[in-house]
Amino acid sequence: MKIVVCVKHVAVLGDEIRFTTDERDVDEDYYDRTLNEWDACAAEEALRIRERLGGEGEVLVVTVGGPSADVALQRCLAMGADRAVRISFDQTVHDPIAIGHALSEAIVPEQPDLVLVGVQSSDSVQGSTGTALAQFLDLPRVAVVKKVEYDHATRRATCHRELEGGLVDVVEVDTPAVLAIQTGINEPRYPTFRAIKDAERKEISLVSAAGGAVSGYHVRRMFVPPKPEGAEMLDGGPADVARRIAEIVKERLA
Amino acid sequence: MNGTLVVAEHLRGELRDVTFELVAAAAEIGGPVSVAVIARDPSLFTDALSVEGVDEIVTVQAEAEEFENDVYQQVIEALIEDRGPGFVLLGFTVNGMGYGPAVAAKLGLGFASDVFRLSREEDGLLARRAFYGAKVHAEVDFPGKERVLLMLRPGAWAPAEGRGDPTITDLSVQVTAPRARHLKLVDPPAGDVDITAADFLLSIGRGIGTREEIPRFEALAGKMGATLSVSRPLVDAGWMTNARQVGQSGKTVRPKVYLALGISGAVQHLAGIKGDGTIIAVNTDPEAAIFGVARYGAVVDLFEVAEALAELFA
Repeated sequence: MKIVVCVKHVAVLGDEIRFTTDERDVDEDYYDRTLNEWDACAAEEALRIRERLGGEGEVLVVTVGGPSADVALQRCLAMGADRAVRISFDQTVHDPIAIGHALSEAIVPEQPDLVLVGVQSSDSVQGSTGTALAQFLDLPRVAVVKKVEYDHATRRATCHRELEGGLVDVVEVDTPAVLAIQTGINEPRYPTFRAIKDAERKEISLVSAAGGAVSGYHVRRMFVPPKPEGAEMLDGGPADVARRIAEIVKERLA
Repeated sequence: MNGTLVVAEHLRGELRDVTFELVAAAAEIGGPVSVAVIARDPSLFTDALSVEGVDEIVTVQAEAEEFENDVYQQVIEALIEDRGPGFVLLGFTVNGMGYGPAVAAKLGLGFASDVFRLSREEDGLLARRAFYGAKVHAEVDFPGKERVLLMLRPGAWAPAEGRGDPTITDLSVQVTAPRARHLKLVDPPAGDVDITAADFLLSIGRGIGTREEIPRFEALAGKMGATLSVSRPLVDAGWMTNARQVGQSGKTVRPKVYLALGISGAVQHLAGIKGDGTIIAVNTDPEAAIFGVARYGAVVDLFEVAEALAELFA
């Protein structure tokens, strides 16, 4: 049993935003990075699927990015993943088709039984990388999965797809398959301090992706959108703000 | 380039609103508009789909009534082959996510998702989408792409309406057996509260920090005469049930007043707030996306405001 988990080291912007000189992206000095929340759930689910199967098999975690993305991989190693691969790739690329393709190059030789990804990344919200990756791997896929029951004997998984409004679509999928995991499916474990220290010593394999040939879009420019007119900021301390809120509420509900 | 292909989305025999929004966006792009509807009996949808702006409805019969991603992918690929549209429009929905990116990856199409604005430029189409927690917008284009598949944000376009007189074409597409098969739909459990009927929602988000804080906001809502609602992270954490969740995967609400405490305003959350009610947002992050849609905003500590409100409504 081999499960591959794809993760992203997502950007978290601070209060101040500056752009690169070509204005096609945010200057990386103006954000922090962390393991994507959806991907932490995907990693946790991979570990739980393995545990339910008696602990046999391997969980491999893969990311696309520069050296700083090793932190996201180490987090997953500390959670219990066995091995990590970082695909070195043009870091300015957000395009899910290009990322999906780069991931597929590293995953094909692994021949996994399951590939888990997060539904979306908190910084780009494209909801597309997993489904594009499934196509490049020529595998079936299920997007927005809130529950997985994997049957290793029949090589099938029953998935609960979370539709709009909380409606659940129960889907049976042949595996190997790519499953895009939704938050709320589990609560990702917190690694112990010891596990974090151990993970820092584990080796991360580096793979380079050819890239370039496959793309979906090209970013022409990025900018901070103007705030819509009419958004009135309430000044003063908490007491002043509360008084104004109370007035507005009374007026609107009158 | 030969017009725009819109893919209709339906669930339990009803067309979803996003379908008509896609038609409106297609009309904005210009050129002939074809709408594809894939169902066990697609003829049930042709009347409702005959709205202004639709030139043709293409009906494709499928074995399963509900969505299956392999079926949609193969049918849309066959239609692209057959019609050669310049643009293919899908909703940025859970179903759309299941096949749209695969079609684009397979056929090498231009592609972008969660697009909320389109504009025609001399050298092609510009699509706008958000990055970095919606704090930044980007204009993206598709140089060298003959065809472009776009997944559009639900609610971003006003739905097309008015009667139209489209031609109806029946198309037969042979598909291979789906590898992911629809079994059944299961409704979320009914809650003890109906937040969709409330005039005044006090809505709390991740900013409250811990589960232990919830009772104080329940009490505050009681004092203010509000109904307590929440954003997704509180439901994911198991602190509240889905019945109180506002957003795409929760409920769609239309309150007169929506007081958001510690809610950043993710797109999926904002998708659940409709109508012309007054949104008041309190958040310590001055760049929080919620301030982009709020009528009133305050950058202060939500606990201090909550305390002051509790005194005012004592």
